[in-house]
Formats: sequence, C-alpha cells, structure tokens
Amino acid sequence: MILLVPRQTASNGWQIATPVMAVLATMVTGGLLFAIMGYDPVAAIRTIFWDPLFGPAASYSRPQLLIKAAPLILIASGLAIGFRAGIWNIGAEGQYIIGALTGAAVALALYPLEAWWLFPLMVLAGLAGGWAWGMIPAMLRNWFGASEILVSLMLVYVAQRVAAWMAFGPMRNPEGMGFPGSRNLQQYPSAANPELIAGTGAHWGVVAAALAVLATWVLMSRHIRGFHIRAAGTAPRAARFAGVSPTTLVAFCLGLSGALAGAAGLFEVAGPAGQVTDKLGTGYGFTAIIVAFLGRLHPVGILLAGLLLALTYIGGELAQLTMSLPAATVQVFQGMLLFFLLGFDVLTRFRIRRRLRA
Amino acid sequence: MTDIAVFRAEGIGKSYPGVRANDDVSFSVRAGEIHALLGENGAGKSTLVKMIYGLVRPDDGQMWLAGSLHAPADPRAARAAGVAMVFQHFSLFDALTVAENIALGMESPPPRRELSARITKVSHDFGLPLNPARRIVTLSAGERQRVEIIRCLLQDPRLLIMDEPTSVLTPQEAELLFATLRKLAAGGTAILYISHKLDEIRAHCDRATILRHGKVVDSCDPRAHSARDLAAMMVGGQMRVIDRSGRQAGEVLLQVTALSQPAPNAEGTALKDVALTLRAGEILGIGGVAGNGQEELLAALSGEVRSAPGSVVLEGTDLSAQGPEPRRVAGLLTAPEDRLGHAAVPDFSLTENTLLTAGARKGLVRRGMIDHGAARDYALAVIQGFDVRTPGPHVPARALSGGNLQKFVIGREVMQDPRVLVVNQPTWGVDAGAAAAVRQSLLDLARQGAGVIVISQDLDELLELSDRFCALNEGRLSPPVPTEGLTLDRIGLMLGGAHGMEEARP
Repeated sequence: MILLVPRQTASNGWQIATPVMAVLATMVTGGLLFAIMGYDPVAAIRTIFWDPLFGPAASYSRPQLLIKAAPLILIASGLAIGFRAGIWNIGAEGQYIIGALTGAAVALALYPLEAWWLFPLMVLAGLAGGWAWGMIPAMLRNWFGASEILVSLMLVYVAQRVAAWMAFGPMRNPEGMGFPGSRNLQQYPSAANPELIAGTGAHWGVVAAALAVLATWVLMSRHIRGFHIRAAGTAPRAARFAGVSPTTLVAFCLGLSGALAGAAGLFEVAGPAGQVTDKLGTGYGFTAIIVAFLGRLHPVGILLAGLLLALTYIGGELAQLTMSLPAATVQVFQGMLLFFLLGFDVLTRFRIRRRLRA
Repeated sequence: MTDIAVFRAEGIGKSYPGVRANDDVSFSVRAGEIHALLGENGAGKSTLVKMIYGLVRPDDGQMWLAGSLHAPADPRAARAAGVAMVFQHFSLFDALTVAENIALGMESPPPRRELSARITKVSHDFGLPLNPARRIVTLSAGERQRVEIIRCLLQDPRLLIMDEPTSVLTPQEAELLFATLRKLAAGGTAILYISHKLDEIRAHCDRATILRHGKVVDSCDPRAHSARDLAAMMVGGQMRVIDRSGRQAGEVLLQVTALSQPAPNAEGTALKDVALTLRAGEILGIGGVAGNGQEELLAALSGEVRSAPGSVVLEGTDLSAQGPEPRRVAGLLTAPEDRLGHAAVPDFSLTENTLLTAGARKGLVRRGMIDHGAARDYALAVIQGFDVRTPGPHVPARALSGGNLQKFVIGREVMQDPRVLVVNQPTWGVDAGAAAAVRQSLLDLARQGAGVIVISQDLDELLELSDRFCALNEGRLSPPVPTEGLTLDRIGLMLGGAHGMEEARP
C-alpha cells in the first residue's frame, strides 16, 4: 500500500524537479499517443522539441521563439503575482485583446501623424486598456463578492466580440476594399513594433518581457508589497494583521496582470500580427496560465517555461507542416504538461511511503 | 429520581505532552439526573467528555455505563453503548433538509417517510417543534441545535452529553431547552451538562462535579450553594501575592470610547459600547469566557477592523480610521491569540515573520524595499532575547512548538518598544516556563512606561499581572475594578455573567 505523508515544508528539490519530470512525462505520453495514431513517435518528438531550434529550417523558426515567448512571459509574470496571492485571473486573454484594441485605437486615430511619442503612447494605451478590463472583475469581487475566476473568464468572450466588432466596424481600414481588419500598423512607421535586431525576432515586447521578469523578481523577493502578496496567499489573516487590505490587493493584482496582458496585446498587434482582426486572441492569455504554473510562479521559472511553451507552438506548427500531425497537437501537449505538473506537484508537499499490508 | 448510577468513572487519567489533562477523575451520573460538569477553560472538561464519547482514550482508570465496562474505541462504539453528545459546534450540512441530515448520521436510516414521522413525533413529545423538510440554511442557531438534539434522542441514549449548549441560544430558546432536558431526565436519561454559566447550573442541575487543573475538587448540589461559592470552587480559593513594584500609573496613553462593532460573522460577537482608559506603566487585565468578543476587541485595537471616529485614541491621536501599519508607527502594537496563521505566517521563516509587524519600527523596510539582513538580525535578537528554542531564524514558523512560537510572537512586539501593547491569550497552550517568561516580559514593558492590555481566560494570570481588571461579557466590557483586594470569587461572578457587579461596587 502506498501512503502519502505530508512534508513539514515543501521540498525545494522537488520544486525544481517536478516541472522537468512533467516535461519528460509529456514527451513520453505524447510519443505513445503519436505511436497509437500511426506516426513515428521519435520523429514527432524531435520535430516538436528539437527541429525548431536545430533542425534544417531552424533559421526560419528560431526567431519565432522570442516572438511567441515574449507575450507568454509578459502575461505570465503578471498572472503569477495574483496567483501567489490567491487571486485567480483566468481572463488574461480578454485583457490582451482589449489592450491590443486600445493601443491600436491610438495609432488609428492619429494616422497618418508621424511622431516619436506615438509608439510610447500606444504602449500606455495598451497598458491602460488591459488594466481597465482587469479592474472589472476586481471591482465586482470587491463590491459584490463575485468570483474573479468566472467574471474574468467570461469577459474573454466579451472581449472577443468587441474585437470582431472593431475589425468589421469602427477600426476597419477605410482603404481596405471592404475587407475586415484595420490598417496594417507595420506599414505605419511611428506605430510599428519592428524587429529590433534582424534575424532574432526581438521586438519591443521582448524587451518588455525581460523587464517584467526583472521587475516582478524584485517585487516578489525584495519589496514589502511582494511579501504581503505572498503572505496573503498562504495566510490571509496574518496578511490582514500585517496591514494588507484585501480589496486593495485584489485591485492591485488584477490591475497589474491586466495591464501586462494589455501591453502584450499591443506589442503583438503593432508587430507580428500587424492589424486588428476578429482573430486577435490566439490563446496566449490561456497558455500563459500554464507558463505561470510550470514556472512555479517564479520569474526565472516563468522565463524558462515561456520559452518551452513557445517551442511547443512552433514545433507543433512544424509537425503539422512536415508530418501532417493534427493541429490540435499543440493544445494536447500543453494540456498534458499542466496535467502532469499538477500531478507531480503532490511530491513537493508529500512524501511517498510504502507500507506492506499485514 | 432513582439512585442507579447510569455512568460511573473511576480514577480516569489522561496526559498530553506537557499537560496532565485529567488526573484521577472519579464521578457518577445517576439516571434521571442533570449533572453539571463545571470548571474553567483548560480544567479538563472537554478531555473528559471526549473520553466518554470515544474520541480520546484514557491512559488510566475505568468507566462503566449501565453496569458494564465502557471503553469505546470510537464514537460509533460509544453511540452503540448509549452515549449521545451534542457539540458546541454543529455538524450539519446547510444545503440538506433536517431529515436528510439526521439520516446521514444514522447507521442504518429507515425509509425517509418513516424517519420524518419519527422526527415529528419525537420533536413534539419533547416540545421541540421542528419540520423535517426544512433546509438547515433556513434555521436559527437554536433550531439547528434542536436538530442535533433530536438526532441524539432518536438513538434513545442512556447518557446525553451537552457541551455548553446555551452559548448559542437566546434566553427563550434556553428555557425551552431546559424544559426538554427535564422531560428527558424524567424519562430516566442521565444528562451530563457542561457549562460555566453558574446561574444556569444553579437553576437547572441536580448535582455538580467541579474540575480544576484536571482534578475533581468538589462535588455538590449546586442549588445549595451561591454562585459565589461555586465560582470559588471552580477557580480555587486562594489569592496570590502580586508584586507590582516599580510600576506607577502615569499619563493616559490609550483612550477607547463608545467602541461598537457589528459581529463580523455568524459565530462572531458584536462589541457593544466598549470603553477603557489605559495609562502609562499600567497593565489592564480583560477577562472573559472565550467567544465573548475577545478577538473582535483585539481586531478593533490592531486596526484590522476600523471603528467610528474618536473611538480609538492613542496619546491624543485618533487612530480609529487607521489600519494596522499606521497604528504600529504610532506605537500601538498587538499580538493576536492565534499564533499560526494570524500572528505569524506558518510557511514563512522567522526572519520573514519579523516583517509582518516590525518593518517600520525596526527599519527592516525602507521605502518599500526589504532589508533582509536587518530582518535576520532582528529575528536573531528576538530569538536570543526571549529564549526561543529553534535552530535559527531560517526555520519556518510552523516548525516551532506552540510555546516557542508564542515567545517569538510576543518578543517581536515587545522588542519594538511599543507605547501600548495589546495581547490576547499570551500564554495559551504554553508550558509553565515559557508562560513565566512571557508574563515577566509584559511586566518589564509596563515598568518601562508602556501601557499593556492583557486579554486572557486565565484568571491567575490576570491577577498576577494586572493593576485593574475588566470582564468582557457578550461584547460588553465591565467598568474596571482595581485588582488589589479583588477576590477570585468576585472575578468568577463577573465572568459567569451573574450581573450586578456595578451595583455591588462601593
């Protein structure tokens, strides 16, 4: 008989080992799945995890790594802060979309003005849009006790409808021959979020993601507010005793994670995506939840997990192209990753003991 | 009333690490008798009834129920033997109906219709009207207790144990409960009734067994004694010599006026027009039975709960709208009763736990940035200054024993040199050595000119420490009485809810 014995304190070794084990288990199970489906498992795993970086087409796919990882890391950095406090923002996808819309709106309203301050203003607008969308669940929770999980999640679908309306209505390109979608911001120099160093994929969003990792690390480990957030997550009464106001904390965490998601949306719409369409949301906001947990809610972990999840995106696409694996592969992989991570997490808080039946 | 002992205990003993909870306890409960078990908090009442109900096994001694040896392995065995118990806290599912809840607690519940009929019958027989189809969530506290009682009555118990049943009842509901207990006793059931409400026991109980420090100190007919006598038996007759040397009451530090707060939740207590004045160099003791507003008073003083303007004033500064942090900066520090999860974060190291309250006063946090070195130094200073037994400041709070963590928590506040320190249950569950150290630190603090409020259920502690004494009763604070010359029985009366303290004062 196997017994689970609680540990006095969470094991540090397992904290680091379980994400690695989760990745390995995902590879093995994914490989099995491919084998059952009739694909060569080794080739599939190699195509997903190895080829994007070192394969024959790596020169194309490598820059994609930073492009995909930047929004994931930026969003997950914000989410992780709330998760540490026990405040569950599940709607980063919606905040991402609204941030993209408000940021793009600034550029589209001022077109064709060229000025150095236009792009910074767009970033501010993106932050503000995401922040405002995040504050809706925050206020509803503070005023009426509504679950921020449900409200933030449902607001994703509202945001998607808003994006569709904008793409077909107010933001449609007047010179676009009636096609849905806004002007292409990449062709509007003051508003574009260009590749900063050719061939790397690094745009301003990558810079922002790096800054976010650094800033959240300082906040969580060096600043008293981060201390209060961590205290509130593990012992809410003690946090209140220390002087943390629960309502302020809810507003801070949802506002901050919303703002970062909004900024991620803006960098995407002004850069890789280029224009406002009804397909603005590509799931970064949801995948970032996996990134946050896989990264143990720690800034450095989030950095690594963001890169890994970006790899599954690119590798999945590559596998679709070269091996004609189904498009759902990426999602299956990401889902399995979270599943195994949560499963192995038992090991950080419990010891496994064997007991023989008498 | 017959003379047959339904239940008998002989030489029952039970030890926990560091505590002798019960020592050589012998008593018996006769059929048809309402038998009171009387004692202070920590006197060993709940340990004793837990053993009767099979939740805890005695170390020594034997129990008999209806003539046969009673050694239940678990509550189910105890129930099968005829013991039923109504706990202070109900275990009912809010979303289910009365009948469903009762069925859940039965070994083999009869068909629902039959059960409902039996519930209706029993509830009417005993004058406890209850509709079996009602959902628990719609019931008052008194009605919920009826569900628990009827659940017990359906078992036809020989011995019914009631743990402070009237603490959740209105006076009218309490009267109804006693009428029911009378009927039940008349039918031959033995009732063991736990309470520290002396008036209630004198009015309704046939006999009383009094426990103090785990031992039976007396057994009597409560009707033949005054509440004063019972209180004296409960707390022990002697007075201690208190050394208040070097302490001189100075200027007013803390002024609390007309402090009223609604109850924070269903189990909380509302504060009603609390007023107190605390002077420099003085220790004010606040006694009271648990759940009479202690936690709520501490929260209103710590700043966790804000109150009406002007209700909390420290040295002329109105702090009633301020949160905990500004109050600490002003010099008003507190230490809550619950060490793990309220006064300290269990998963955090002792170093990190200093940041919970000492950030501003000890310069551990500057412009929002944490100085980890300074925090560790302060944790070390507290560990050394208060003899906290731990491998070091990196150890998480949950790994410390209760007494050691309490020394750390009190030390963390005392060493911040507060103007006013408010502590709730400073030595609860702490071994004698640590308790003495904590008390000494509070005395020293007052000697240095700070004001100290000690909220406690330990009367000896309050008498040893405080210059003046108030009782907290259902959220009301009595006017203070000087501790000097105060006898324990008078304190017992103030706590037991026997009113008239005000009139009795000279």
